[in-house]
Amino acid sequence: MFQFIFRRLSLVIPTFIGITLLTFTLIRLIPGDPIEVMAGERGVSAERHAELSAQLGFDKPLYVQYFHYVTGVLQGDLGNSLITREPVMKEFLTLFPATIELALCAAIFAILIGLPAGILAAVKRGTVIDHSVMTFSLTGYSMPIFWWALLLMLVFSVNLGWTPVSGRIDVVYWIEDVTGFMLIDSLLSDEAGAFSSAVAHLILPSIVLGTIPMAVIARMTRSSMLEVLSEDYIRTARAKGIAPWRVIVIHALRNALIPVITVIGLQVGILLSGAILTETVFAWPGIGKWLIESIGRRDYPVVQGGILIVACIIIVVNLLVDITYGIVNPRIRHSR
Amino acid sequence: MKTGLAKITLALMAAGAISTSAHAATTLVYCSEGSPEGFNPAFYTAGTTFDATSKNMFNRLVEFKLGTTETEPGLAESYEVSSDGLEYTFHLRKGVKFHTSKDFTPTRDFNADDVIFTFDRQGNKDNPYHAVSGGSYEYFTGMGMDTLIKEMVKVDDYTVKFILTKPEAPFIANLAMDFASIFSKEQADFYMKKGTPEKLDIDPVATGPFQKVQYQKDSLIRYTAFEDYWKGKAQIDRLVFSITPDASVRYAKLKAGECDVMPYPNPADLKQMEADPNINLMSQEGLNVGYLAFNTQKEPFTDVRVRQALSLATDKSAIIDAVFQGAGKSAKNPIPPTMWSYNNNVVDYPYDPVKAKKLLAEAGYPDGFSTNIWAMPVQRPYNPNARRMAEIMQEDWSKIGVKAEIVSYEWGEYLNRSKNGEHDTVLLGWTGDNGDPDNFLYVLLGCDAVGGANRAQWCNEEFNNLLLKAKQTSDKAERTKEYEEAQVVFKREAPWITVAHSVVYEPIRKEVKGYKIDPLGGHYFYNVSK
Amino acid sequence: MTTSTKTSTTDIPLTAPAPMTPLQEFWHYFSSNKGAVAGLVVILIICFMAVFANFVAPHSPSDQYRDALLLPPAWLEGGNWSYVLGTDDVGRDILSRLIYGSRLSIAVGIVAVTASLVMGILLGLIAGYFKGIIDTAIMRIVDIMLAMPSLLLAIAIVAILGPSIVNAALAISIVSLPHYVRLTRAATMAEMSRDYVTSSKVIGAGPLRLMFICILPNCLAPLIVQATLGFSSAILDMAALGFLGLGAQPPTPEWGSMLADALQFVQRAWWVVTFPGLMILITVLAFNLMGDGLRDALDPKLKQ
Repeated sequence: MFQFIFRRLSLVIPTFIGITLLTFTLIRLIPGDPIEVMAGERGVSAERHAELSAQLGFDKPLYVQYFHYVTGVLQGDLGNSLITREPVMKEFLTLFPATIELALCAAIFAILIGLPAGILAAVKRGTVIDHSVMTFSLTGYSMPIFWWALLLMLVFSVNLGWTPVSGRIDVVYWIEDVTGFMLIDSLLSDEAGAFSSAVAHLILPSIVLGTIPMAVIARMTRSSMLEVLSEDYIRTARAKGIAPWRVIVIHALRNALIPVITVIGLQVGILLSGAILTETVFAWPGIGKWLIESIGRRDYPVVQGGILIVACIIIVVNLLVDITYGIVNPRIRHSR
Repeated sequence: MKTGLAKITLALMAAGAISTSAHAATTLVYCSEGSPEGFNPAFYTAGTTFDATSKNMFNRLVEFKLGTTETEPGLAESYEVSSDGLEYTFHLRKGVKFHTSKDFTPTRDFNADDVIFTFDRQGNKDNPYHAVSGGSYEYFTGMGMDTLIKEMVKVDDYTVKFILTKPEAPFIANLAMDFASIFSKEQADFYMKKGTPEKLDIDPVATGPFQKVQYQKDSLIRYTAFEDYWKGKAQIDRLVFSITPDASVRYAKLKAGECDVMPYPNPADLKQMEADPNINLMSQEGLNVGYLAFNTQKEPFTDVRVRQALSLATDKSAIIDAVFQGAGKSAKNPIPPTMWSYNNNVVDYPYDPVKAKKLLAEAGYPDGFSTNIWAMPVQRPYNPNARRMAEIMQEDWSKIGVKAEIVSYEWGEYLNRSKNGEHDTVLLGWTGDNGDPDNFLYVLLGCDAVGGANRAQWCNEEFNNLLLKAKQTSDKAERTKEYEEAQVVFKREAPWITVAHSVVYEPIRKEVKGYKIDPLGGHYFYNVSK
Repeated sequence: MTTSTKTSTTDIPLTAPAPMTPLQEFWHYFSSNKGAVAGLVVILIICFMAVFANFVAPHSPSDQYRDALLLPPAWLEGGNWSYVLGTDDVGRDILSRLIYGSRLSIAVGIVAVTASLVMGILLGLIAGYFKGIIDTAIMRIVDIMLAMPSLLLAIAIVAILGPSIVNAALAISIVSLPHYVRLTRAATMAEMSRDYVTSSKVIGAGPLRLMFICILPNCLAPLIVQATLGFSSAILDMAALGFLGLGAQPPTPEWGSMLADALQFVQRAWWVVTFPGLMILITVLAFNLMGDGLRDALDPKLKQ
């Protein structure tokens, strides 16, 4: 077992180095000079330009810059943003809770709808229910989510006025930043109505971001359930006269869930990609929007550091999924 | 929003607040277009940052009178200029209090030390604060203050003397700019002693009408009205910047009552805003100019007749309609009409392709020539759609045989390459910093700016001498005369096609009273009530 | 659906099933999936529109009718039947732009999928065939790419190459590369241990012949399925890039950038935003339906 985990971990290190190299190169390949962007129409003189690039360390050869960057990373220092001049890590930590909150709510939405829908479709295989669940989930899977976001916002916020347009909480509530998670912070504050306002602000973005994972989960649950339901032990259980819902919930579901959990784990990357679009439409102050804007402003340290952290999160989650899977399914452990 | 307010009112009533003067805390929500880059205005050049900092949190020695580009006393009650124009003596206001932040409580009022600290930090490389937080002061160096200020002398606690290296009339206007916002030296020393000097730039205390309470990046900034503000407390109790980058989302929030004031509406939404009974659509001519600069050091634009011909061949009214959707005014001078010394007697080049063709033939190009038009990749108030503007010009010029290719680069590249004069003609513009004509004419067209902001690479002795003369006297009437003359020279020489001055629109909710549009593009909330 | 299936299905119950050719067998399974056939029909319609856009579209996609700005769809008040789905802010016919847009979307799909298919097969075959250090190197690169949110990577690539429709297609093909590499590699490795490969090797077939003649045809099925699904994600990614202003540049009638351009009119004219999005949804859905059907028809495990 430890050998398996160790082997997995050893694969991560070259990946990690590769990512630092890739992000470092990518952002420098993008044409455009951060100093000129900062100065705007006024422009800076040639001497001032040289002075600034010396200050930011851009005058050194690339391999030296890379070396500085990597040694910094190893010490947990991702550098400072060129624009706000604050540490990249600090900015990340202030924005990340917003993304996590949104992603978690989206995941919960996806699981709450996707899982029962998938089970229902499997149990009622071939019926109208099955077909409509499958149609809906495939539609969800095909959804251009930025458009979906606009549509929902147009209908529910602008026309019906049921949900707020954008942001994380109504501005009349003055919430202290304790955990960064608005749901928790609004509960901690003693302002009445703050929590429900935070919830209301989360509804549309969560639905939008959760749509594709929901579809994936529903489809996966269905096929996994179908496979389990045809196994002998289920037939035996049925033959023994156990109530049908007991068979489904206690016997079948437990086994069917293993691949589903894997799939949920693998949605993290998709959630983060989707967060870029969702955050852009709903003006959600998370890391997706932050990264996009930083690419536009050529904020090298932010782009390098931000992508690195995001990639690390995905690697870690994939690793955890792998290891869990290895524990659950010993066959995987010994292959390769 | 409304229900929230109602709840607060109800709560107050339930608590038995009988006193008639008691009122619910009024909150004004401003849907800003982006996050501020930081909270020290001296580091930055973006209006978004200034709105969140200098305009509402800070004061300066002199300030712009709201709604105009003229200066009025700020933290300095008065000032005197020596006859040679080299010494400026400021008499400071007494009893001005600084804000209190979570970890710093000021023990003294504002005085001369704060003034000297503010400028010394930016100009003096030996100041312990100079290199803190990156240490680049774009405006301070950009306005040439580092070479201009020779010395600052503290005469007494409430008198400061600035000694300049040369007479510079726009100096006072410069001091009203955002980078000159006054910081507290006491706070700076406090953080320096604690070993965390960079905190000064994150949580500065200032003397302005609002103090920052909380900033959530990309989400919102909260301020409360400063009780001890020297001009008296603001009429609203709380001010919130709700950061909303998308203009149509801002409008949706304005309609829903989630914000009270929004900047930069979509031109497409203006008609609907005008018709909305809950919205008051305010507008004012902006202090900006959008232009096309000819590269006057490159053939054939070295010939003034070619420049004049292309000016004659460009149909500005089509541009105003298509690019500005009516929210712009055709420009004839490089400075906007709201600025003092604007010369209304200048006659613009009319749209006259026939005459243009003749001039071109005289210059030796009867069949026209091939050239390029650089179109900016970004949207700016002075040019909301450079690409479309370029397309219209391309079409107009083709009528006199000039074939223009439209070129665009990434914004940083664009600025850099045009600075180096790689273009034939380039679209760009300018938004005024301080309301002084020098800030347009000398910055954009002076000989010193060739290879920099002078994209026409144009150095005309007659024009430049007029500007230099105007810089050296502080007599406004005399300066006006010189600037007016300079505009005539400019028009005759035609280094630019002056395209348009845009109109600034600001929709606000009907409940908001006392809001004024700042011609310099800022957003002030001190005078606002609700 | 009804007419096309009769040849292969009607005779089965009557006589002992005659052995079907692989193609017949494939069609038999494929056509029994109604969704897949529906998807195929929609795709054929869209391809038709794309090819014959000049004849199908009522107007040119770039003609600006200055007297008909932001007209609503024809069935609404103020609509005009010569602009069935209404017009946009400069008076261009939305229906025509959508039709011409299908050309771009299909083209982008083809380019992106072909590019990533070719590169992916090549890398996957090499990795699976040679194993060892080459395999490790290729798979680490794939791991690195998979560790980044694909949209973010695509954005960075487009930012480097400059925003244009070709570069966007290229970025999409690079981003979707890992799936093809992994798939081909796994299939190659599985095939490598089969007897027929070993015997070919014994006979003395060279590596190129082994890779392309022996192994590749036998792992095509999953690749075809992946390519179909790749089509749908290419179209989605293209639209997302267009939406973020990094795809096709105006006035190109690409669906995503049409949406992005129309954003400022969203309050005033819902149709300028609704129809391009709907078009993306329908197209992507059709490809996904067909991909599902293909998988069922080609996957031997599910055939029984």
